[in-house]
Amino acid sequence: MDSTRPAITINDLDFRYREGAFRLRVPSLTVAQGETVAVIGPSGTGKTTLLNLIAGVSVPEAGAIDVAGVDIAKLGDAARRAHRIRHIGLVFQEFELISYLDVLDNVLLPYRLDPELKLDTTARSRAVDLIADVGLADKHHRPVTRLSQGERQRVAIARSLVTGASMLLADEPTGNLDPRNKTKILDLLFDQVSARGVTLVAVTHDHGLLDRFDRVIDFETLEVTP
Amino acid sequence: MRDILYLAWRYLMRHRVLTVILVVAITLIVFLPVGLRVLVMQSEQELTTRAAATPLILGQKGSPLELALVTLYFAADTPPSLPYAECERVANDRLATAIPMHLRFRARQQPIIGTSLDYFDLRGLDVAEGRQLAVLGDCVVGATAARKLGVTVGDHVISSPENVFDIAGVYPLKMPVVGVLARNHTPDDDAVFVDLKTTWVIEGLGHGHQDMSRPEAAAGVLKREGSTVIANASVVQYNEITARNMDSFHFHGDLGVFPIQAVIAVPHDEKSSALLQGRYLGDEERVQVIRPLEVMTELLDTVLTVQTYVVTAVVIVGLATLATAILVIVLSLRLRRAEIATMNRIGGARTRVLAILTAEVVVVVGLGVLAAAGLTGLTAAYGSLIIKALILA
Repeated sequence: MDSTRPAITINDLDFRYREGAFRLRVPSLTVAQGETVAVIGPSGTGKTTLLNLIAGVSVPEAGAIDVAGVDIAKLGDAARRAHRIRHIGLVFQEFELISYLDVLDNVLLPYRLDPELKLDTTARSRAVDLIADVGLADKHHRPVTRLSQGERQRVAIARSLVTGASMLLADEPTGNLDPRNKTKILDLLFDQVSARGVTLVAVTHDHGLLDRFDRVIDFETLEVTP
Repeated sequence: MRDILYLAWRYLMRHRVLTVILVVAITLIVFLPVGLRVLVMQSEQELTTRAAATPLILGQKGSPLELALVTLYFAADTPPSLPYAECERVANDRLATAIPMHLRFRARQQPIIGTSLDYFDLRGLDVAEGRQLAVLGDCVVGATAARKLGVTVGDHVISSPENVFDIAGVYPLKMPVVGVLARNHTPDDDAVFVDLKTTWVIEGLGHGHQDMSRPEAAAGVLKREGSTVIANASVVQYNEITARNMDSFHFHGDLGVFPIQAVIAVPHDEKSSALLQGRYLGDEERVQVIRPLEVMTELLDTVLTVQTYVVTAVVIVGLATLATAILVIVLSLRLRRAEIATMNRIGGARTRVLAILTAEVVVVVGLGVLAAAGLTGLTAAYGSLIIKALILA
């Protein structure tokens, strides 16, 4: 990965949902590699939509979204999925773990979903190390349904980093956590992205956390309609 | 592929009860019609092969099916007896080889068949160990009977009393096992074969006792009238036929009136067969002649008719069960929308996610089909036992 090139470059982005009047326009946005960015703004202004566009879950009507050197707006569905699973880690507010898998299998899920990612001993040991890094060293084979909320989010963070993603997109990662866990998870998230030089873009409503990010994008300053 | 199967398997293992219910449902949907068909085909073969190899059976008038079942399979209740003279009548007519069948007694659960050596030729029974029947009292046992009775050549088989409370009834006879037959996978494997006269000894129509002319038997003499000696109850009767006492065994009365239960007639040709059957057509005739193949075919027609109804019912129930299984799978997919969305959002290819869900169905259906195949195999292997239990017993 070229460290001098921006991790994300957005130009003239124009997106609207097929149904409804919501429209998101982002004339220009650049995020440097390794930068940590908080995205804030009132509900319904398109913060999660922006993350979905960067991840390639949604496709804009116009404009370019260069992520890790690839304009994902020009990719087809299969290529966007492949790009996402190999280069982008996702952390969700609801954790979104697979309930019938244990901790280790949840962390290794991207390898089982993408045949191009080789699930070998290196990948397994990376997963084991990550699980240890997020503080669940003795819980590899515990069903995720038997974990606390904070522990589940730790598993989600380990899963997002297991493929060696250069970018982590987090949608309100502490939104479902109590204050004590909120701080711990955020500390963990920043420790992990900092240790790996990973770019972090996180949507948050918690203004008390903003001073921990390198930059804050306030959606009220973007051109958003209505 | 391994990862797809792994994830599918993890899901199924997490929902074991649902998985087991679906597998059992699919097993039954597949097995019931197939297994039933296998069973019917086997019973068709089982019942017709032996019947086809038995041209005619003579017996006292009554149920043709009962006469066929007891003569061919040694199953069903003992039919009414007919006199041995009927067997001689067939033999004397020179229209057929007449094989007498005495089917009344048992040694524990194994039938004791009193017959002639022609029976062994008719059924193609070979002695695997020991020798063939030679003298009064000898017995030759089928392979299964030998195992069940725990006997081999040199051991003894004891006939079972018919009723332990009837002290005037049949007494047990101890018979030496002189041969064990090679297994031929027919009811003959379960039988104990003796000479016809041996069954009459068991029945009490022939017996052996002390020689009343000997001085040591004097205490047993009740009265002497010329050459006739009337013995009292203290006379020693033999319950085993040995080389030493064999000469003392004798039959009182005319052998022609002694009972047998059936005669297997093997006509020399079609004409002889037609003539023989014609002789028993009269209303005053107390003996019936049956063609076992016709009787068993009639039975099979009934079974096949029942099978058609059963298969129709099974198919209807199966379709209903299948519809329920599909409904369960569709509902579970709806419940798993969030999980499927997660796989899609983190970048799983649509085809990959679909393959995982399909693999779950394939594994369940595969296990069900495998289990059904196993059950069908068991049905094929033990079908004859099931047939005996369901039809013959």
